[in-house]
Amino acid sequence: MISLPTGAAVRCDYSVLAIDAEREVARICAALRDAVHRDLQRRGVVLGLSGGVDSSVCAGLAARALGPDKVLAVLLPERESSPRSAKLAMLVVEALGIAWERFDISAALDALGCYTRRDEAIRTLIPEYQPDWKWKVVISGGHSIGVNHFRVVAESPDGRRADLRLPYRQYKDIMAATNYKQRVRKNIEYFHAERLQYAVLGTANRLEHDQGFFVKNGDGAADVKPIAHLYKSQVYALAEYLGVPQAIRALPPSTDTFSMAQDQRELHFGLPYQEMDLALWAHDHGVPAATLATALAVTDETATLIYRDVEAKRRATRYNHAAPLYIEDVPIPMEHSP
Amino acid sequence: MPADRHRSRTKMTDTRAKIRTFLVDNFLFGPADASLDDDASFLELELVDSTGVIELVSFVEESFGIKVQDNEITRENFDSVARLAHFVESKLPAAVSQPAQS
Repeated sequence: MISLPTGAAVRCDYSVLAIDAEREVARICAALRDAVHRDLQRRGVVLGLSGGVDSSVCAGLAARALGPDKVLAVLLPERESSPRSAKLAMLVVEALGIAWERFDISAALDALGCYTRRDEAIRTLIPEYQPDWKWKVVISGGHSIGVNHFRVVAESPDGRRADLRLPYRQYKDIMAATNYKQRVRKNIEYFHAERLQYAVLGTANRLEHDQGFFVKNGDGAADVKPIAHLYKSQVYALAEYLGVPQAIRALPPSTDTFSMAQDQRELHFGLPYQEMDLALWAHDHGVPAATLATALAVTDETATLIYRDVEAKRRATRYNHAAPLYIEDVPIPMEHSP
Repeated sequence: MPADRHRSRTKMTDTRAKIRTFLVDNFLFGPADASLDDDASFLELELVDSTGVIELVSFVEESFGIKVQDNEITRENFDSVARLAHFVESKLPAAVSQPAQS
């Protein structure tokens, strides 16, 4: 935490997240070149392009930093992806003039049992559930720290709807099966990275990185993470500066992981990203909860709960960030090179 | 001591023991006598996160044959061994609760 001088007036409003996009883009591009060429000794980068603003900005940064001919975008849809995602991703590819490949991962996920294991878990709760139903997992309970629970919401093609609390076993089974999607995608990114001698870009923004909203060895795996220090609203500022198509910038953030439409608030944050940005910034700058409450127009109690939730999510996802552990200190050969 | 009060106290002790064993096995990874005060807050101990709470809910539903309502998933009911045992006891109808083992 950054401590403020005692008695200092704490400014806490959305202006604290303002960013000089031109300068920040230049800074990131320089760092990205160093990371890819000097530190990793790779010739370019590969990244999964989802059609969302984060991966679009990463693609734009990479194209600027390394040249469009040194960037490969992979589009990795599966049968439950929104068709709109691929269309949006193609807008980015065309705008940047970067190479791209599309590979549908549905067959791979089928072979792994991703869909069947997940559907079996859902069916223990909703016996009439069929694969043509739309469904999603949402978090419930708001900011009542430690008492959130998860629900499965499903809807049949003829409009029958089920909304049930997820018991622990089913929750774990469903999430583990669903996370195959991110892990399979990462496999394909590394396939291309290896054959091209490229590095893999991770596209998490600061909210996702800080709160651990990524799949370990899935979207969390990467060689370089160029926007992990940027709040989501700052990513949008860079998107505008980089000319990311308006159709992408206008969309609310989505997980695009479940077949039913879902925004990230429902599974992860519980707050619109602008408010979550400010809350995280305020938390890390020692801003009292009461000051945050004024900025967000919520009660002091709610602001306190938001702070507690930030800390609880950090604790809950420590494992996601943990690097492999060793029984004793084992030197990394690179650091011992002459 | 009246027999029913004795039975009630014994039952509560059993409930606490069962909850404690579950927590020690799955969250503390410690020996059976691992230190965990009955009144210690799971939240303050950083013992249980939101997924842990749903695990506790499933545990008490399956182990004690009770049904937990959504609005009962609160800190008041789930944040310590004592609170959880009290909550479980309140959900167990006296007529069908397990007989005391005394």
